[in-house]
Amino acid sequence: MATGTEPELNSGGVRTPTRAAIAAPHLRTDRWWLQPAATAGGLLAFIVYSTWRAFANTDYYAAPYVSPFYSPCLAENCEPMRAGPNWEIFGGWWGLSPALLILIFPLGFRLTCYYYRKAYYRGFWASPPACAVAEPHKKYTGETRFPLILQNIHRYFFYAAILVAGILTYDTVLAFRDEHYEWGHMGLGTLVFLVNIVLIWAYTLSCHSCRHIVGGQLKHFSKHPVRYRMWQWVGKLNARHMLLAWASLVSVALADFYVYLVASGAFDDPRLF
Amino acid sequence: MPVVDRQEWDVVVVGAGGAGLRAAIEARERGARTAVICKSLFGKAHTVMAEGGIAAAMGNVNSGDNWQVHFRDTMRGGKFLNQWRMAELHAQEAPDRVWELETWGALFDRTKDGRISQRNFGGHEYPRLAHVGDRTGLELIRTLQQKIVSLQQEDFKETGDYESRLKVYQECTVTRILKDGERVSGTFCYERESGRFFVLEAPSVVIATGGIGKSFKVTSNSWEYTGDGHALALLAGAPLLNMEFVQFHPTGMVWPPSVKGILVTESVRGDGGVLRNSEGKRFMFDYIPDVFKEKYAQSEEEGDRWYEDPDNNRRPPELLPRDEVARAINAEVKAGRGSPHGGVFLDVSTRMPAEVIKRRLPSMYHQFKELADVDITAEAMEVGPTCHYVMGGIAVESDTAAARGVPGLFASGEVAGGMHGSNRLGGNSLSDLLVFGRRAGLHAARYATGLGERPAVDDGQIDAAAAEALRPFSAEGPEAGTEETGRPPENPYTLHQELQQTMNDLVGIIRREAEMEAALKKLADLRVRARRAGVEGHRQFNPGWHLALDLRNMLLVSECVARAALERTESRGGHTREDHPTMEREWRRINLLCQPTDPTGGLAATDPVRGQIRLVRETTEPIRQDLLALFDKEELVKYLAEEELYE
Amino acid sequence: MSSYEARFKVWRGDAEGGGLEDFKIEVNDGEVVLDIIHRLQATQTPDLAVRWNCKAGKCGSCSAEINGRPRLMCMTRMSVFSREETITVTPLRAFPVVRDLVTDVGFNYTKARQVPSFVPPADLGPGEYRMMQEDVDRSQEFRKCIECFLCQDTCHVVRDHEENKTAFAGPRFLMRVAELDMHPLDAASESGLDRKTTAQDEHGLGYCNITKCCTEVCPEGIKITDNALIPLKERAVDRKYDPLVWLGSKIRRRTS
Repeated sequence: MATGTEPELNSGGVRTPTRAAIAAPHLRTDRWWLQPAATAGGLLAFIVYSTWRAFANTDYYAAPYVSPFYSPCLAENCEPMRAGPNWEIFGGWWGLSPALLILIFPLGFRLTCYYYRKAYYRGFWASPPACAVAEPHKKYTGETRFPLILQNIHRYFFYAAILVAGILTYDTVLAFRDEHYEWGHMGLGTLVFLVNIVLIWAYTLSCHSCRHIVGGQLKHFSKHPVRYRMWQWVGKLNARHMLLAWASLVSVALADFYVYLVASGAFDDPRLF
Repeated sequence: MPVVDRQEWDVVVVGAGGAGLRAAIEARERGARTAVICKSLFGKAHTVMAEGGIAAAMGNVNSGDNWQVHFRDTMRGGKFLNQWRMAELHAQEAPDRVWELETWGALFDRTKDGRISQRNFGGHEYPRLAHVGDRTGLELIRTLQQKIVSLQQEDFKETGDYESRLKVYQECTVTRILKDGERVSGTFCYERESGRFFVLEAPSVVIATGGIGKSFKVTSNSWEYTGDGHALALLAGAPLLNMEFVQFHPTGMVWPPSVKGILVTESVRGDGGVLRNSEGKRFMFDYIPDVFKEKYAQSEEEGDRWYEDPDNNRRPPELLPRDEVARAINAEVKAGRGSPHGGVFLDVSTRMPAEVIKRRLPSMYHQFKELADVDITAEAMEVGPTCHYVMGGIAVESDTAAARGVPGLFASGEVAGGMHGSNRLGGNSLSDLLVFGRRAGLHAARYATGLGERPAVDDGQIDAAAAEALRPFSAEGPEAGTEETGRPPENPYTLHQELQQTMNDLVGIIRREAEMEAALKKLADLRVRARRAGVEGHRQFNPGWHLALDLRNMLLVSECVARAALERTESRGGHTREDHPTMEREWRRINLLCQPTDPTGGLAATDPVRGQIRLVRETTEPIRQDLLALFDKEELVKYLAEEELYE
Repeated sequence: MSSYEARFKVWRGDAEGGGLEDFKIEVNDGEVVLDIIHRLQATQTPDLAVRWNCKAGKCGSCSAEINGRPRLMCMTRMSVFSREETITVTPLRAFPVVRDLVTDVGFNYTKARQVPSFVPPADLGPGEYRMMQEDVDRSQEFRKCIECFLCQDTCHVVRDHEENKTAFAGPRFLMRVAELDMHPLDAASESGLDRKTTAQDEHGLGYCNITKCCTEVCPEGIKITDNALIPLKERAVDRKYDPLVWLGSKIRRRTS
C-alpha cells in the first residue's frame, strides 16, 4: 500500500486497487450538485428562521390566531389565549420560550423522517452528495450505531405528530372567530391556517411509518380489506412525501410569519366576513 | 499442450436457461453431482426474454381445458409433424411443472379465487398461459435460479461447500463434447473471462443451449443464440431433426434499425391488439387458411365479441398460429400496403384505455417508449416478422430426451427437435423447457448413476480441441500449401454480418430453390474464409475470439437449415416455399435428419459442393390410435395421407 | 436517416491498470450506446470486452457508467446527448474490474446465497396454493428486478467503502428479503427464521441511510427505497425497537 494512506481504514472506495483505475471521484457531467445545494439552502433558511422565532418568545398570538410554533403553549409564561391551546403543565418555573417545549415533537418527527433523512444526509453530510459521486468520508456505518440508530424511533414521533396536528386543527377551528372571539368569521389568516393544516395532515399521514402501521405490516391484505384500502390511500400520499414535506415546512413557517406580522402590528389581518 | 484442468461430475448441463436449470435441479435432486455451464452470467439466459406465458392446461380460467385439448392445439399448430409422444407428455405434465414453480417461490398473476391466472394466446383454444404481466420468462428463470441457490444452501449446511453437488460455471463456453468410443465422456470448455481451458469429465451431458437466431440478421434472439448445442451434438455424432422449420415471430420491432427484430409480445394481440395495413384495414381476415376456417371469426364484430364472450364467438384471426400471421404480414408489406418502416401497424391504443395498457403490457409500453420513442397508448406500433425460434433440433427419444446414437448425450428445450413439429405455439416453449428439462435431468442422472465405470477422457481429443480453439490467434499469415497464401486474416465480425445477411435474404421467411442453392454456395465460401478468421489481442475476455469460435457453429447450423429447406418441397408451418406453396400430406410422415459428412466429427471436409452435412430421410412412427381419436375425421383428412387414415 | 461522428471516451484496461481512450465513431438515428460500443468492436477495437445479452433492457447484462451515471447501455439512447458532447463510458466502479467494460460481479452472487430461500408451507402441495392478487402485488414488483446490479453499484455503502461489503447485502438483496417477508405463503417464521430480524442482524439493513440512489438508477423503475427498504426497516423496528419488546428482552436476558 502506498505511503500516506491509512491502512486501518480500508476505504479506498472507487479508488480501491481492484477497481477500474480512474482517479476522478466521479465522472458526472450534469449539475449533480444543484439538488443537494438547494436542499441544504432550503433547510438552512428554515433553521435560521425557526430558531429566531422559537427563541423570540414574542408576537406569537394575535387573536384569534396562535402561531403553530407556540401551540400548545405548555408553560405559565404563555400569553393567555381565550379558549386557546394553553395547557400549563410546566407551571411557572419554565423561563425560556414556551415554543421550545413543544417544538421538540415536530422537530423530532421531521428529523427522523425518511425523506428529511435523505435530504440532510445528502445536503449536509454529503453521504453521498449525489448518486455515483464519491463521498468524502473515510468510514461509514450508516444507521447501525448510536446516535443514528435512534432514527428507528420515527414512529413514536409520528404518534406525537398526530397529537400536535390535532391541536393545530383545533387552532384552525378557533381561527373561525374574529378578534373579539365571535364565531362565524374568517380572515385571510384563517385561509393561511386552513392551507397549513391540510398540508400538515397530508405530510403527517403520508409518513412511511404511518403507511406501515395502517397496513404495510400485514402479510395478507386480502384478510383486512379496510386496512388495505387505507394502506393504498396512504401509499398514494406517500409517493408525494417529499413534496408534502417541503410544502408543509413552508406553510408552517408562513403561518407563523403571518401571526408575527399581525401580532407585531406590521400588517392588519383583512377580514373576509 | 499445456496441462488442462479437469474436474469430475456426474452430469454436465450445457446452458443455463429454463431447460438447463430445470435439468440441473432434477439431476441434483436425483442424487447426481451436477455442473451447469453457461456463456452468460447465471440468470441472464435468453429465457428472460419470453414474455407471454407458460402454456399448461390447468383449467383455472376455463374449466373446459385439459391435456387432450392442449395436445390437439399443439398438433394443429405444428401441422401434425410433431413427435406426437412429446406433444402428449408435454400437454400432460405441463400443469405439474407450473405448480411446482409455485412451491419454489414463483408468483404468477392470480385469478379472483386466488389461483394462477391464464391468458389467451395464438392457437390455444382456451386461456391457458400462466403469466406474470409480460415478463413471464424472467419469473421462470429467477425462480429456477433461486431454487438452485436453495439447493446449494442445503448442500452448504451439509458439507460446508455451496458447490459440492451443484455448481454453475458462468461465462464459460463448451466447444466440444468429448467421447470414449460411442459414449459421452465430458466437455471441453474455456472460461470467457480468462481464456483458460478446462475439461468437465462426466458420463452424462445435457445440451440445453437454445436456438440459432444469431445466424439471421433480423432476429429477436440474443448473441448467445449461435446454435452451439446443435453443432456440439452434430460434431459428437448425433443427428439434427427437421432443421428447415424456423419460426419467424410475426411481430418484431422494425424501427429504429438498431432494435430491429426485438420482440413485441403476442400478448398484445391476445389482449385485444389488432393488425392493420397502411389502408387501415384489419387484413388478417383475408388470410385465414382452409384448415382453420371453422375456428376463426369471419367478421370484425365477431372477433371483437370473442374477447368478452369466448364461448359463443370465434376468435379473431390475429390469433392464428404465428406462421400464418408472419406470412400475412410479409404479403401485405410486399403488396405495398406496409407501414413507413416496412412493417404493418399493431394497434392497442384504440382498443384499450391507456391505464389498462400500462398495467397489462408494462414492458411493451416501456420498450417502445425507451427504444423507439413511441407511446403505445396513443399510437400504433410498427411491427414485422423476426427470426424467433427453431423448431428443428437434436433428434431425441421422446420419453428420455436422450440424443440418438450417442449414449450419455441428452437434449432439452429449444435445442431439441420434434416437440413443436413445423411450428410452435406461443407459450409452449416455456412449458417445453420445464417438461423436457426435467426429463432430461432425470434420465441423465439415472444413466450416470447406473453406469458401472466412468468413461475415460482421451488426451488426444483434449489436445485437438485446444488446438481448434486456439487457431484464430495464429490465423495471420499464409496457411501452408493453400492457394490463398498472403491474404490477410478475415475479420470475424464481417463474416458474421455476411452470414446473417445471407440467411436472412436467401433462407428467410419465404424460400425459393435458386436462392437456397445460392445460399449454400455462399455458406461454402464463408466456411473457407472462416478458417482464416483471425483475432487480435489475448485470450482474456476477448469478444472477437469468442465470435470466431462461434462462427463454426453458426455455419454448421446454417448449412443444416439451408439443405433441409431445399429438400422439403412443400410449405408447412415455419417452412414456406414459394415454388411449392401447398402443404403435402405425403410429407407429413417425412423427417429430415442432418448428419455430419465426416462421422469422426472432424471439420476438414470443407468441399464446397458436398459441404459438411448430409441429409437422411426418415418415415415417422404412426400416431397412436387413442390420440388420433381426439380429432374429427374431417380434420384428419386435411393432414394425414390416405394410407395413414386407413391404418 | 442522419448520421454523425461522435466523440467517445471508453475505459480500457484490466486489474493491473488502464485508462480512458478516445475514439471517434459514427452514430446513426435511433441508436443506443451499446450499438456504438458494438461498432467500435467491429471496426476499431475487436477485443474490446463488454458484457451484453438481450439488448432490450430485459436481462440486465450491459450495466456500465455513462457520463458517470450507472445505466444500461442498451437502454441509453444516443439522442439524449448533444452531438458535441464527449460521451464517457466506464465499467461499474463499485466492483473489481476484469477487463475493459467487464467487472467481476461475484459480490452479488455471494450475497444472493446468503439470503435464505423461500420456505414452502408444509401443509400445501403443488397446485394447492391460493394467493390473492393484492397479496402478491408487492412481491411481484420486486420480482421485476433484472439483476443488472446498478443499485448495488451506485449504493455508496459499498461503492465508497469496500470494507462494508462483508456486512451489507446491498439494495438488491435487502429487497429480496423484503420480497420473501411479504410473500403471502412464505413459511420462514414457522421454521424459526425471522426475516425481519435477520434483515438487520445479518444483511446489514442498518447501513442503508435511505438516500435513494438505488431507486434513482433502477432501470425497471422499482421503488426500491419506498416499497422495499423502508417497509423492511419498519418491520425491523416492530421487532427490535419497540420499547416494550426491548425492555422485555433486556429483563429476560438479565434473569437468565
